[in-house]
Amino acid sequence: MAQGRLATVSWGESEEDGGAVLTTVDSLVNWARKNSLWPLPMGLSCCAIEFMAAATSRFDMARFGAEVARFSPKQADVMIVAGTMTYKMGEAVRRLYDQMAEPKWVIAMGACASTAGMFRTYPVMQGIDHIVPVDFYVPGCPPRPEMLINTLIQLQKKVASERAHKGLRVANLKAEKATA
Amino acid sequence: MSEPLQVIVDPAAAGTPASAPPAAVALLRERHGDGVRALMENRGQFRVLVERGQAAEAIRFLRDDPRLRFTFLVDVTAIDFHPATPRFRVTWVLRSYHTKETLVLQADVPEDDPSVPSMTHLFPGADWLERECFDMFGIRFTGHPDLRRILLPDVFPGHPLRKDYPMAGIMTDQEWAEHIVSRAQREEGHD
Ligand code: SF4
Repeated sequence: MAQGRLATVSWGESEEDGGAVLTTVDSLVNWARKNSLWPLPMGLSCCAIEFMAAATSRFDMARFGAEVARFSPKQADVMIVAGTMTYKMGEAVRRLYDQMAEPKWVIAMGACASTAGMFRTYPVMQGIDHIVPVDFYVPGCPPRPEMLINTLIQLQKKVASERAHKGLRVANLKAEKATA
Repeated sequence: MSEPLQVIVDPAAAGTPASAPPAAVALLRERHGDGVRALMENRGQFRVLVERGQAAEAIRFLRDDPRLRFTFLVDVTAIDFHPATPRFRVTWVLRSYHTKETLVLQADVPEDDPSVPSMTHLFPGADWLERECFDMFGIRFTGHPDLRRILLPDVFPGHPLRKDYPMAGIMTDQEWAEHIVSRAQREEGHD
């Protein structure tokens, strides 16, 4: 992938925007990003216990650079929603997601976060994707730590394949340039 | 003093050895007479059914009488007997550290006026218990200082532990999502 990008000079941006430089930067920035995915642990119920297990030395998420659980959304890259999301908690989940800096990703860990699992009941939202965009759904009730770590590896692959300016306000810069 | 109350044994517990009602029951009966409507037993645990108008007085008596001292209000909840009437039965669970007894007080509440007096003036701890009971069953606790929902969101429609409440709720996920997103945007200040 990286070599491919180096070869395609005008991929995405036009040459005068410095496309060749950007694609190289993509590889470098993505390499840094994918190896330091700081999770925002959105532990809502039982699945959070497996998340904790994944972070401990036995399973050791640190091997993939994801051990720095950040409780401030401003410092986190990937929100791991681990558990049953009620409508009331949904307000907090959405606000925390809004407060995360771009670029950001979301993992729906477990049956509950993905679809509400067994809880077709009055307080539970039927899947967090009603209010936040989800990158990965992890099956299981709860998923084993290996499953979460596998998801992180998949996420690393996804991050590596994205443009480095994902979510940044390139459009605004272009608009400014047009008016100047 | 009126005739001693007959103990109604729950069918599920029939055949288990009967135990004597706690002294509190006789004292309560002595004081409130026919306001004490029934006495029920299930495996050594006693429930006293009182008139709802006398519930506060009865609980104050149980709390303050030096022989009883039921000084701990363990729980306040309700039972929905839908579609039977009267529909609700509000339940107070009291514990005495003095006599080491637990006593359950209950009062029937009709559907068209689901209200009982608040016990917050007797037990400050009743505050959140009554809010939960209001949240789940829609029981109005008259005299409560701040009777709002406590567990469910403020916009939640209805009272979900009522037997006729739809299991999956009334608002759809789309409606909730709109509510959550618009609220998040409002609070973040970019609307
Ligand atoms: S998916 Fe299972 S383990 Fe995970 S939060 Fe739901 S009920 Fe708990």
